[in-house]
Amino acid sequence: MRFLQSNPRITISGGFILLVCLAALAAPWLAPYPFDQQDTHSILQGPGSQHWMGTDRLGRDLFSRLLYGARMSMAVGIFTALFAVLFGTIYGAVSGYAGGRTDNILMRFVDLVYSLPDLLLIILITVTIGRGVLGIFLALSLVSWVTVARIIRGEVLKLREFSYVEAARAVGAPHHRILFVHILPNTLGVLIVTLTFRVPAAILAESTLSFIGLGIAPPFASWGSMANEGWSAMKFYPHLILFPSLILFLTMVAFNVLGDALRDALDPEQRMR
Amino acid sequence: MIRFILARLAWGIPVLWLVATATFVLMHLVPGGPFDQEKPLPPEIRANVDAKYHLDQPVMMQYLFYLKDLLHGDLGPSYKYLGRNVNDIIRDTFPVSMQLGLWAVLISVIVGVGAGIVAAARPRSWADHAGMFLATAGISLPSFVVGTFLIMVFSYRLHFFPAALWEGWRYGMLPAVTLAMLPAAYIARLTRSSMLEVLHKDFIRTVRAKGFGERQVLLKHALKNSITPVVSFLGPLTATLVTGSFVVEFIFSIPGMGRYFITAVTNRDYPLIMGVTLVYAVLIVLANIVVDLIYTWIDPRMRVGGN
Repeated sequence: MRFLQSNPRITISGGFILLVCLAALAAPWLAPYPFDQQDTHSILQGPGSQHWMGTDRLGRDLFSRLLYGARMSMAVGIFTALFAVLFGTIYGAVSGYAGGRTDNILMRFVDLVYSLPDLLLIILITVTIGRGVLGIFLALSLVSWVTVARIIRGEVLKLREFSYVEAARAVGAPHHRILFVHILPNTLGVLIVTLTFRVPAAILAESTLSFIGLGIAPPFASWGSMANEGWSAMKFYPHLILFPSLILFLTMVAFNVLGDALRDALDPEQRMR
Repeated sequence: MIRFILARLAWGIPVLWLVATATFVLMHLVPGGPFDQEKPLPPEIRANVDAKYHLDQPVMMQYLFYLKDLLHGDLGPSYKYLGRNVNDIIRDTFPVSMQLGLWAVLISVIVGVGAGIVAAARPRSWADHAGMFLATAGISLPSFVVGTFLIMVFSYRLHFFPAALWEGWRYGMLPAVTLAMLPAAYIARLTRSSMLEVLHKDFIRTVRAKGFGERQVLLKHALKNSITPVVSFLGPLTATLVTGSFVVEFIFSIPGMGRYFITAVTNRDYPLIMGVTLVYAVLIVLANIVVDLIYTWIDPRMRVGGN
């Protein structure tokens, strides 16, 4: 774990992510105003001392909404990534370990889902199960596990040929023990890297969905839905779209830099030289 | 070669059937029909409307009707744009999206491969660091942020390009760049890492030993051998461009397939949703075949049945 302290890329990007997470958790205490409080006397104000980032066209405080938006965006991102990694790992590991026909059939399905555009599938699923937070979480999860399954299957295919696995089999260890005790722990590095990259992918999908008006519905806020609200007025009130875009961009960069750095540290074979 | 293409096309058919069936099932799981309005239609008119669109039949029959029409290439009527078929709408909007997509492919490949070569030529130089920083920023930027930024700078401040609509090449510049941003960043990273790997190979040392200039080593020998990952990205690239066009056509008010798809989703125009989804599926199947063909063309080792 020492590499975590000595690597500035990991410290800075990880620190930023931690900060955003804490701000999201503490939103009710940090936010100067409730996220849906409308102040008709001060609509569409620019950034100032009363409202640090200004107000939107209903007079809602932008900074407060950004904090609550962080809750939505980060929660969707992190929980989707966790689900995708959990389910994708089991699916991919079983497929890779079983091999042969089972592997073939399981992977055909994964390939099909993988080849279709994520956002297209997510939209189709949200049309069916509804647009709420839960609907978006489910849709994102149902789509994003296939990427994990492919990666983990590849790892398991490689690991199961090692002689220590053969040794475990020789002493009569049952399959589930070989898979979960001997093989999967060795994919931990890859898993952490995959998890780190799944979070920004989910955040991106959620915000894009909300931006085109098919995601988080009002009065709730996510960074994407705030950008959508600001977009229609961006010629005259650019601050409305600037702040959500900026925080979204910074968070995405932080996750991608962290993912790259973790991959360099944990998974040297995949390193970008 | 022709057998290979035919085999791949044949494999595409069950895929398309599966996509058609899955979208049909999804769309019919949704509670509420397209003609449920706040003010209900008089019962006799409702009955006529339902009969016209086969909505009075059991779902299984609706599915068979749908498949039968599909086999004739008929994607059905639109529920919202009365008097227009899904086929008409796609015929009008597809060329727009296609043009936008091709420009984006061109920009992303040229910029991406170019940046990747420059970065790989001098690893750890300032050009490499700057290029890779930009690439990381590029994959972290949602396209609506890029689009907004470009509009603010190039249309509102500088008045170089129009901010919306689709009436000539000037209208295509900002959307094409927006759409190309993410794939360009991806291709730059791919090219760089693949080039660096190849540059360590023995044959490159041989080429250098023979006295070829650096330019020739990079552009002729190294690039040729490191382009394969970029080509394999061209398949998923189609998917990226398809979903990218949802957002880009939305932002720039471009009358393309992506914008109609979003409107169709908001309007619950099921035949249009299913039709556009199918067109996307066909595109992706075709793109993957094309990628496989390019593979065998640039790398004879990949030739199927060669052993």
